[in-house]
Amino acid sequence: MAKLRQCAIYGKGGIGKSTTTQNLVAALAESGKKVMIVGCDPKADSTRLILHSKAQTTVMHLAAEAGSVEDLELEDVMSIGFGGVKCVESGGPEPGVGCAGRGVITAINFLEEEGAYDEDLDFVFYDVLGDVVCGGFAMPIRENKAQEIYIVCSGEMMAMYAANNIAKGIVKYANSGSVRLAGLICNSRNTDREDELIMALAARLGTQMIHFVPRNNVVQHAEIRRMTCVEFDPTHKQADEYRALANKIVNNTNFVIPTPIEMEELEELLMEFGIMEAEDESIVGKTAAELAAEKAA
Amino acid sequence: MAALTREETAALIQEVLEVYPEKAKKDRAKHLMINDKELESSKKCITSNRKSLPGVMTMRGCAYAGSKGVVWGPIKDIISISHGPIGCGQYARAGRRNYYVGTTGVDAFCEMNFTSDFQEKDIVFGGDKKLAKLIDEIEMLFPLNKGISVQSECPIGLIGDDIEAVSKKAAAQINKPVVPVRCEGFRGVSQSLGHHIANDSVRDWIISNRDGQAFESTPYDVAILGDYNIGGDAWASRILLEEMGLRVVAQWSGDGTLAEMENTPKVKLNLLHCYRSMNYISRHMEEKYGIPWLEYNFFGPTKIKESLRKIASFFDDSIKEGAERVIEKYTPMMDAVIAKYRPRLEGKKVMLYVGGLRPRHVVGAYEDLGMEVVGTGYEFAHNDDYDRTIKEMGDATLIYDDVTGYEFEEFVKACKPDLIGSGIKEKYVFHKMGIPFRQLHSWDYSGPYHGCDGFAIFAKDMDLTLNNPCWNLMKAPWQKAASEAEKKAA
Repeated sequence: MAKLRQCAIYGKGGIGKSTTTQNLVAALAESGKKVMIVGCDPKADSTRLILHSKAQTTVMHLAAEAGSVEDLELEDVMSIGFGGVKCVESGGPEPGVGCAGRGVITAINFLEEEGAYDEDLDFVFYDVLGDVVCGGFAMPIRENKAQEIYIVCSGEMMAMYAANNIAKGIVKYANSGSVRLAGLICNSRNTDREDELIMALAARLGTQMIHFVPRNNVVQHAEIRRMTCVEFDPTHKQADEYRALANKIVNNTNFVIPTPIEMEELEELLMEFGIMEAEDESIVGKTAAELAAEKAA
Repeated sequence: MAALTREETAALIQEVLEVYPEKAKKDRAKHLMINDKELESSKKCITSNRKSLPGVMTMRGCAYAGSKGVVWGPIKDIISISHGPIGCGQYARAGRRNYYVGTTGVDAFCEMNFTSDFQEKDIVFGGDKKLAKLIDEIEMLFPLNKGISVQSECPIGLIGDDIEAVSKKAAAQINKPVVPVRCEGFRGVSQSLGHHIANDSVRDWIISNRDGQAFESTPYDVAILGDYNIGGDAWASRILLEEMGLRVVAQWSGDGTLAEMENTPKVKLNLLHCYRSMNYISRHMEEKYGIPWLEYNFFGPTKIKESLRKIASFFDDSIKEGAERVIEKYTPMMDAVIAKYRPRLEGKKVMLYVGGLRPRHVVGAYEDLGMEVVGTGYEFAHNDDYDRTIKEMGDATLIYDDVTGYEFEEFVKACKPDLIGSGIKEKYVFHKMGIPFRQLHSWDYSGPYHGCDGFAIFAKDMDLTLNNPCWNLMKAPWQKAASEAEKKAA
């Protein structure tokens, strides 16, 4: 048995982390790998395409019902989906109450204690909430958890900004442990020169763009049916893209401590690619009236 | 006359500070002073109410301790919920011996622990629903409660539970005050902020409840504030006030009730025992209702006399005469106590380290017994406390703020007091050093020490401790023989 590889997927909210992760996992499963997905988002939508369900019953929800997490068994919280993929959702409170971060910590500790990682797994993927807002959401990258981080991003400014911030977070844990940045996954939004831009960003961060996933409506068609594209239409060329990504990840050895860049450098990069225009410092903080007066003068 | 001269005290402070790293030395130096009775303000010579240094042993508590443990807990007919995990409530349960009259579990609840006993799921999903359920259950099981306070432990503030909304809704349902108190332990630098937060919650949820309601008042209505009735202190104080002709309308929080708290704005004068923990609400009532407040001190006959006359000065001649009558009545009894114990205690040196008021309030009582307080300090005082302390202490005495375990031990070794008055955490350290020790938080499970009745017990307790034959047995016989032989040889 090969050593278990634990990977965490981060990225800006709404970038397509869950969709990408599940398609990737489906492709891995199709190739015979044993994979588990751990959803680390109170929304609990990290496993729906694998399980064909609306939302999996979560660890925290079951724990609350049973009284405490100690009252649960592993089989209570784990579901098996497409290709034998094991699925767990940490779960958490509705927005605005309680502590979602603590939910992630509790759920992951529970999985470890119950031996969820001990069997013949090849991969574990943690699908993490968009923003690492507190220590709980950094749980998957702490010591002895995920060693490889993949950041899903696109050629949009905010997605790249988020990717850089996540890289900063990884540096903190990389210096004290063995977590490494393993690459950027570009989930295309069809912006101009997107692949070049992400490759350039990856180079600045000291990593690689591991794969460029083109945009294709078949992904949405599959999602409506609560399926991954790989399962819905295995012959589609988009399924091959996810297979390619899966293959690259299987063979990936490019694990680095990232070199996040300063805001100015990121802006320069964006300007270079025409995404952002050079800032005119003389207009900062001026009202419309003031600008009109200046023009008149 | 202090135990040490001003120069010796200065040298001692320097010597004690020497072991600290540079930054700590600089910080701790600001918290140690040599008393100068001439000073008007303590500002230039001592810093207080600052964060304790990491790595030192401090005796401080937290904001929850200040609110639940000190201010709210002793109100006997209000149920104070320790909202959060079990430990805070359970280990603080009934620890302060706030005596009360009532039937525990029926109409009085101080000695019980009510807690929401937070589990992991309550942290993750929030504890608001549990709190609502807990209040329901309390109301069903203990219908004679007059109100509920929700004392926040740390996690409540961390996860952002909306205890205000739950309290408001519950108050409407049970038609009693339900008071949310944001006294999370991580707030502030000591229990002091907890007192303030608790005072503010009393102000916002209790004090104005009976505004505009009829009240049969008399010109002699007073309230006792900030007496926690430890070992019955407030009762011993109340006797004197009532005998001089005053009507004590309210006493809190020791043996206090919701009704008394609500009626407090109807009084003519607020008598403030613990300034540190209840000055805030006293000032509020002064501002809003025009009620003057007066700090008083009922430790030892000298201070009692002074205080009774000061209190009487707010009232007409009948009360002034009443004060004199009370003084006259108790003087022979006090004189007898002094006659009995002073010869046994005369000239003995005392060092103190207590909480909010005793480091200065008990000085007079010791002096009445012929003893001298050579060092004193507070766990969580502010500078207004030190302003008041300067006047009570002798010149060149040592004053220490938030003293560390190490500093206190070193000061004791140098000042060689005959008695130390401090808390349970200090007690056995000094016992092992062979020094007589009295707990001045809990009165060592004795008391009361307030008032004339209290002074008799205070004097007896000090004598029992100080002149206990056990202190002569600290050395093993063979060690004793050796040291005596050495002496003879020398």
